[in-house]
Amino acid sequence: MTTQTTRSDGRPVAGPSARSSQGLHQRLWGFAFGASQRPAWMERPSAPLTIAKTFVIVAIALSILVPMLVVISTSFASGEQIKDAGGYVLFPTDPTLEAYRTIFSSPLVFRSIGVSVFVTVVGTLLALCVTISMAYALSRPVVGGRFMLMAIILTLFFSPGLIPMFLMVKQLGLLNSIWSLILPGVFAGFNFIVMRSFFMGIPQELTEAARIDGAGDFRILRTIVLPLSKAVIAVIGLFYAVGFWNSFFNAMLYISDQSLWPVQMILRSYVIQGTSLTADQLGVQQAPPPQSIKMAVVVVALAPIVLVYPFLQKYFSKGVITGAIKG
Amino acid sequence: MPSTRPPRRRAKKPLGVRLRKDWQMLVLMIPGALALLLFFYIPILGNVIAFQDYQPYFTISEAPFVGLEKFVELFQDDRFALALRNTLVYAAFQLVLFFPLPILLALIVDSMMCQRLRKAFQSIVYLPHFLSWVLVIALFQQMLGGAGLINQALVTSGLDPIPFMTNTDTFALLIVGEIAWKDAGWGMIIFLAALASIDQSLYESAAADGAGRFRRTWHITLPGMRPVIVLLLILNLGSILTVGFEQFILQRDAVGADTAEVLDTYSYYIGVIGGDWSLGAAAGLAKGVVGTVLVLLANKVAHMLGEDGIYRGRPQ
Repeated sequence: MTTQTTRSDGRPVAGPSARSSQGLHQRLWGFAFGASQRPAWMERPSAPLTIAKTFVIVAIALSILVPMLVVISTSFASGEQIKDAGGYVLFPTDPTLEAYRTIFSSPLVFRSIGVSVFVTVVGTLLALCVTISMAYALSRPVVGGRFMLMAIILTLFFSPGLIPMFLMVKQLGLLNSIWSLILPGVFAGFNFIVMRSFFMGIPQELTEAARIDGAGDFRILRTIVLPLSKAVIAVIGLFYAVGFWNSFFNAMLYISDQSLWPVQMILRSYVIQGTSLTADQLGVQQAPPPQSIKMAVVVVALAPIVLVYPFLQKYFSKGVITGAIKG
Repeated sequence: MPSTRPPRRRAKKPLGVRLRKDWQMLVLMIPGALALLLFFYIPILGNVIAFQDYQPYFTISEAPFVGLEKFVELFQDDRFALALRNTLVYAAFQLVLFFPLPILLALIVDSMMCQRLRKAFQSIVYLPHFLSWVLVIALFQQMLGGAGLINQALVTSGLDPIPFMTNTDTFALLIVGEIAWKDAGWGMIIFLAALASIDQSLYESAAADGAGRFRRTWHITLPGMRPVIVLLLILNLGSILTVGFEQFILQRDAVGADTAEVLDTYSYYIGVIGGDWSLGAAAGLAKGVVGTVLVLLANKVAHMLGEDGIYRGRPQ
């Protein structure tokens, strides 16, 4: 949005020089939240409109934040406090890690975290390799490139259907194998398109110069293209990682062996379906109240996303995401 | 225009020469091509079992061919009719109640003048998009479920608990509410981009001519967003039969199989759980074909209304 310094009739408007005429509350507001960018021609909204808007904004923000905060703080609360409060605690009076100690000592939960971490790390690395090489190969005219591009774009509009996918995974002998959670997800058409349009933006002169000097495509990709593409690789890597961490459907379809369950399956069976993790699964005799354990399981699934979110958010610039939607 | 295009620098080289020049590029395509083949194109061909009486002990080439028998069976199945009806109802609710939300949200955010507040609000509303459906349902259950936060508060203050999560009559609203919580913020991004591309001087001159806030929104903002709105409407129509598999399967226990049955869950329970692979595949295939036809139709209508739609006449 452009900031206006003069009106169309040439009169100067409130700019930095007019700051001193602002009231104290306005200056405090500006200090806390950044300066207002209201263009000069725009009238101040009426009081009812401002109140209604503020109400909507606050309500939306609270509806997103409160559930997460309640779950996180209940997972740290002591058993007595949860009991007194009727199940949910906003401020734990004497925080305890008992619930986390319990779930981490449960072989089932502990192994599921291992499975999810393995799937996320290995899956993301593999997916990045596959996507980067395909995107680089198709970022310039190459024999068969147009055909391959069409073949990829079709994947955006159709899906093979879940029965044929299941039979394929079964045919490959991947049922009840951790690779069934990884291999079907190593190539996502949308991520490919974002990556390819970034590679296409790299000036041809750079790669052509290297080619004249005798470098092959492997070398150009490694020494010229990759170092220039760190940002887009970070974004796409984060997208893949979030996808692998969250994937639940593949596990439900392909994994029946509980010891290979990822965190999302534990979350479903323990929190949503209310199946109790029996004492021997938990590995302790005296378990803390189930409520805080439930909350701790939710937090285990939630925490990686919330921790990685600030990095993801850095790249929400319009270009990276919306630029590719129409391409 | 053809006349200004520079002349072709070189004639097409023979295939052998091009293969030798591009061999490293071709090697780079192999892993991706393999993934596409194994997890997209071969399964697409696997849909042929919808025309067979497939059993797990057959290979696909051995299974007897039965033509459209499975589709006839499908349309005579009451369960399928139920799934289809539910799917259409939920899709209609999503289209009417959810589709406008990201647009409204984008208008609100665009009217926030304070940059830091605006950024903070955007960070908050984008976050739920990155949570898994399992997590979203779990959070909803902890808030709205029978023993959830809100019902605890109602009971403590002497009121009757409200069965938000298990009432079959309001399930469609619950579905829309969950989708709105998860994706309304994220859906807003594309509309914000459209809003940012509207020429600000239009607003200024309209204001100078005495147009108020609502007239400016109606006559400048909404027409400026129209192409994007139409594009997303088409995309939504295409996926209208895909109402959200995970969301329904996760709430099946709470709300009952009859209410939570949609086309995707039907396919799953008939095929993977029930063992009638061919019938499940037929349901999936029917859904896919109808979805494709809907996209093409909607795109055609958009062209007739003078919009760009998904693809323009000329390939890029």
